[in-house]
Amino acid sequence: MGGKLTFVGGIHPYDGKDLSKDKPITDILPKGDMVYPLSQHIGAPAKPVVAKGDAVLTGQMIAEAGGFVSAPIYATVSGTVKAIEPRRVVTGDMVMSIIIENDGQYNEVEYEPSKPLEDLTKEEVIAKIQKAGVVGMGGAGFPTHVKLSPKEPDKIDYVIVNCAECEPYLTSDYRRMMEEPEKLIGGLKCALSLFDEAKGILAVEDNKPDCIEKLRELTKDEERITVKALKTKYPQGAERQLIYASTGRAINSSMLPADAGCVVNNVDTVCAIYSAVMENKPLMYRIVTVTGDAIQDPRNFRVRIGTNYHELIEEAGGFKTEPAKIVSGGPMMGFALFSLDVPTTKTASALLCMTRDEVAQFEPSACINCGRCAEICPGRLIPSRMADLAERGDMETFVALDGLECCECGCCSYICPARRQLTQEIKTMRKLALAARKK
Amino acid sequence: MNEKARVSSNPHIRARATTTTIMLAVIIALLPTTVVGILNFGMHALLLIAVTICSTVASEFLFTKLLHKKTTITDCSAVLTGLLLALNLPPSAPWWIGVLGGVFAIVVVKMLFGGLGQNFMNPALGGRCFLMLSFTRIMTDFATDTYTGATPLALVKAGEKVNIYNMVMGRTAGTIGETSMIAIVAGACFLILIGVIDLRIPGSYIVTLVIFITLFSGRGLDFDYIAGNLAGGGLMLGAFFMATDYVTRPITKNGQYLFGILLGVLTGIFRVFGSGAEGVSYAIILSNLCVPLIEKITWPKPFGKGGEKG
Repeated sequence: MGGKLTFVGGIHPYDGKDLSKDKPITDILPKGDMVYPLSQHIGAPAKPVVAKGDAVLTGQMIAEAGGFVSAPIYATVSGTVKAIEPRRVVTGDMVMSIIIENDGQYNEVEYEPSKPLEDLTKEEVIAKIQKAGVVGMGGAGFPTHVKLSPKEPDKIDYVIVNCAECEPYLTSDYRRMMEEPEKLIGGLKCALSLFDEAKGILAVEDNKPDCIEKLRELTKDEERITVKALKTKYPQGAERQLIYASTGRAINSSMLPADAGCVVNNVDTVCAIYSAVMENKPLMYRIVTVTGDAIQDPRNFRVRIGTNYHELIEEAGGFKTEPAKIVSGGPMMGFALFSLDVPTTKTASALLCMTRDEVAQFEPSACINCGRCAEICPGRLIPSRMADLAERGDMETFVALDGLECCECGCCSYICPARRQLTQEIKTMRKLALAARKK
Repeated sequence: MNEKARVSSNPHIRARATTTTIMLAVIIALLPTTVVGILNFGMHALLLIAVTICSTVASEFLFTKLLHKKTTITDCSAVLTGLLLALNLPPSAPWWIGVLGGVFAIVVVKMLFGGLGQNFMNPALGGRCFLMLSFTRIMTDFATDTYTGATPLALVKAGEKVNIYNMVMGRTAGTIGETSMIAIVAGACFLILIGVIDLRIPGSYIVTLVIFITLFSGRGLDFDYIAGNLAGGGLMLGAFFMATDYVTRPITKNGQYLFGILLGVLTGIFRVFGSGAEGVSYAIILSNLCVPLIEKITWPKPFGKGGEKG
């Protein structure tokens, strides 16, 4: 391994980042109706504070947090509340959503000027993040203020920014780091202000040497912040693997990063923390990479949350060729879409339009016990055997052999020469086992 | 949008290698050995190889047809089994030996247990051992027009000198595919380079065997005896191409080392204390039977529970 910071296992898929990595972030103005699902995060759904017919401004809260583990939602355009009804989201589920008819004026609320970070108490910083509706924007959508409020803040040794961006095709974090590094570092400083003993780590995969250089240059006088170059390998950005690579600490599925003295946030989230704390602005935008071989002009957009996916495709020049598969997120962990009529949410990192469906090209065949899945499993499981247990419905053995430690990264299905749907089998059994445990 | 767009669970991309490409890679890796065998032993060896492969492929095809199942011969695993079995036959064996061995390997050892991936014993070796027990005289007669009967391994066992150069090149008596160490190792290197096999099993197997025979053969560090054991019998072919058979070796990393050690010890016992010179085939099929146990005691710990370091 040459002493490089990494983990055991993992894969090296074709990364496809060249399609969009040199395309600067551009803003797009949505034209159609905006849809705001009330559940864009882990935890209780948000509760609407507007009713049908209400006029709203850009930046106005339209739904408040439904509890501590929850997050409020803000309008990202000005207009009128058209309806509050179930709408389709990327996972295929119907989720109660607020629909706003965009008046095209973008009249925005006035934000209070903020005090410098030094003058803010820890409670104020967390309250601002909570009020702004910041959640983990890497995909999980865990409310950030909860993550930043561990039981023992003094035991946090590292605040890690996940700048790995290990998913193929995604370049949104890369562009953010290249274009707004100050915001990223500022956001990290806000997070560090909560933990007196902690050091900040910007953990970047070494396929982004320009980012590493830029961030190192900008943080050379920051005593508390270091930039760590991690080996480029999927899933380097998976939380447990990232913590291990950057600190040497290992946690299992029943532990939280805080148990290893770590707090991990992704790039977009840390930038949202900056806006929330330093500008008093709620979470309204996210960077989305619209890419894939089927897209005319792959791009990175600053998208107002609630924007319909159709508009993203249109802004990227539409389809060059008929897409065989459309994925929200990256090719390893994203959701395949059967309809583009879904809104951009806080956790949508990319829209990937593939000309070829590699999954449909082969029928799954018998396991030949080659061991490739075990070789690459970052959880150090033996996925083929876990999938066998899942197929047989043997939940007891599945749990006893640590099937719950799977992080669903998809490496095993990717590598399997028999083209078995290993990840899918294991995921399904995990869900059943976790549900059975809750009972 | 196209409502026909496909949906499936993640991930949405796949690596290139498939079962078929892996089988083909192993077949390619066996070509040097096959060619040297044919050059060494003549056209009858080629005939035997062809007949055996036809037998395994036809057996699998007919078996699946008879049971109204989807045919699996396109994965090339039956071709590989046939080739491996043929390489384990004496060059002067009659053609029906190949046919019979092929049928036994596929029907009894592989298909009756559920086909590819379900067999607990290496089919080619199962076939070979069946032939060894049933037609011992034919299967141990290595005399051809060019060579007298004794393999170098038998010679060193009897305490005679062997020509190491001939052994490495393959100009000795033996089965069609076992005589040329250089051809076998070349093929094995190819497989290691492209990541189809690794050195865990062959390495621990060979090292254990050398240690065992040094300690227990009563000849100490006798270079000729060790060289004869390494290159004069079925060890190289067995260690690199049959002990590494995915289906019948442990999937756990530590289990693979343990499997190699067990192979080395068993081969050593058979060769040193047994009546025959050989021992590789029996060592492998016996070790195949221990795989579930080996896996059980070497089951890895997951990440975050002690397994993160490897």
